[in-house]
Amino acid sequence: MAEKLLNWDEVLIGATIKDPGNSKSYETGSWRVERPVWNPDTCIQCMFCWVYCPDSSILVDENGKMAGIDYDHCKGCGICVEQCPTKPKSLKMILESEAKGKTLKELRKEAFSK
Amino acid sequence: MGKKVALTGNEAAAHAIRQINPDVIAAFPITPSTPIPQAVAQFIADGLMDTELVTVESEHSAMSACIGAAAAGGRVMTATSANGYALMWEMLYIASGMRLPIVMSVVARALSAPLNIHGDHSDIMGGRDTGWIQLIAENSQEAYDTLIQAVKIAEHKDVMTPALVAQDGFNISHAIEIWELEDDNKVKEFIGDYEPLYPLLNTDEPITHGAWAPPNWYFEHKMNQLKGLLNAKDVVKQVGKEFGEAFGREYGLYEAYKLDDAEYVIVAAGSVCGTTKDVVDNLRENGVKAGLLRIRLFRPFPFGEIAEALQSAKAIAVLDRVSPAGAQGGPLFSEVRSALYDTSTRAPIINYTYGLGGRDTQPKHINSVYETLKKIVETGKIEKQFDCLNLRGEWR
Repeated sequence: MAEKLLNWDEVLIGATIKDPGNSKSYETGSWRVERPVWNPDTCIQCMFCWVYCPDSSILVDENGKMAGIDYDHCKGCGICVEQCPTKPKSLKMILESEAKGKTLKELRKEAFSK
Repeated sequence: MGKKVALTGNEAAAHAIRQINPDVIAAFPITPSTPIPQAVAQFIADGLMDTELVTVESEHSAMSACIGAAAAGGRVMTATSANGYALMWEMLYIASGMRLPIVMSVVARALSAPLNIHGDHSDIMGGRDTGWIQLIAENSQEAYDTLIQAVKIAEHKDVMTPALVAQDGFNISHAIEIWELEDDNKVKEFIGDYEPLYPLLNTDEPITHGAWAPPNWYFEHKMNQLKGLLNAKDVVKQVGKEFGEAFGREYGLYEAYKLDDAEYVIVAAGSVCGTTKDVVDNLRENGVKAGLLRIRLFRPFPFGEIAEALQSAKAIAVLDRVSPAGAQGGPLFSEVRSALYDTSTRAPIINYTYGLGGRDTQPKHINSVYETLKKIVETGKIEKQFDCLNLRGEWR
C-alpha cells in the first residue's frame, strides 16, 4: 500500500506517529538496483536467507517454509544470495532493468536455465 | 495573598519552579544559573516539592533527559547559562521539533573565548532560531512572573512549543531586589494541570516519537512546527492578560515606556531597560520626548506590533548585548529595522553593542545614546550606524 502524503496543516504535531509499525507502508523496494530471484526447485529450506535478510523480506508460509520474496520492501542488498548454501545457488541477483515487465515465471526460467 | 520578599533573580526562578512543581527537572550546574537547581534540590530535600531531579553529566544530557521525560508525558523544566546552553544546541532543535513544552530558565551569560562568566546575550541570541519561544525578563519580579506564564504558554494546545525565560546573569541573577512572591496555591491554580497530547507511557494508545521524516515529509512537519511557534504570539498576550487579572501585574508582547509621543526612542531587552527608564524620566523632566520600547517576546518576533509602536519616533537606537558577528547589526537591530522597512515612517535607526561580558552600562552611556538621536534629528544625518557603548577606544 502506498503512503498517503499529507499537507503541512494535516500532519500530526511533533511528527508523532499514531499507527506504530507504519513503516510497512513505506515501500523501500523502490530503492532496488538488482533483485533476488528464487528457485524453489533447488531450495533446501535451510532458511539461511530468512535469518540473514536485514529487511525481513523473505516470505514464509504457514508451515514455516520459504515462500518467496517481498519485493515491496526488499532493497536488493544480495545478502540472501551470499548466504544461500546450495550448489548451484537457489537465489540469484538480476538487474531491475532486465526484470521490468517480466513475470516471476519468466524471470526464474531466465535466471536458472543457463 | 502574596508577600514582598528580598531575594535574587536566581531565587525568584527557583521559587517559581517550586510552585510549578514540575514532574521532572534534569539540570547541570553552570555559573550564573547554578543557584537555581541548587535551591530546587534544597526544596526537594526539605519536602517542599515532589519533583524528580535528574542529575546528569552535561547540559546535552540535561536537555536529552528533559526531552525523554516530556515525551513520556511529564511537565518538565530545567535551567542553564552560556556554554551549557550552547552544549544543548542539538537537543534544543529536537525539543522544539517534537513539540515538547519544556520550560527553561536561562540566566544569560557571555560565551567563551575569552573565558567570561558575566552577563550578556551571546547564549540566547545564538539559539534564537532553535524554534523555542524566547521571553526576556527585565528584573527578578518579571523573571518569576514570566516563568509561571511560560508554562501556560508552552503547554497551550495551539502552541505546544518549548519556551525559555531569560534573565541577565549577575545583573538580575545575583542582585537582591524586592519583589512579590505569590501564594503557592494561587500559582498552582493559575497554571492548572498538564494534559500531554501523546504521552509515550500511555500503553493503551501506543505512539511513536522521534521517527524519521524523509524529504517527502520533513518540510511539512517543519512548517507545522513553525505555525505552533507563531501561534505563541497571541497566547503570550492572552496569558499576560490573565496573569494581570490573577496577580495584578499585566504583561504584553513588549513594554512601551513613555513611548506614545516619544521622538527619541531606544529599543532594548533585559536589565539595561531599568537604567534606560531612569534616563527617560530625567529627560522627560527636561522636556525631551524620550521613550523606551522594551522587547519582552523575542521569538516569535512580533514585528507588526513593534513597527506600529515605533511610529511616533523621529530617530531610533537599538541596543544589542551581543556582537553582531559580521551581520549588518545585532539580532535585535536586524529584526527592528526589518520590521520598519514595510512602514511609511522608517525613522533613521542606529545600533549599539553594549554590556559584553558583564561590562557596565550606566545612565551616562544611555544619555549619550539619546544625545546622538537628537543630533540625528537636528542634522538629518547618521554619522555612524553601528557603535559601541562604554568601549575603550573609538570603534571604527
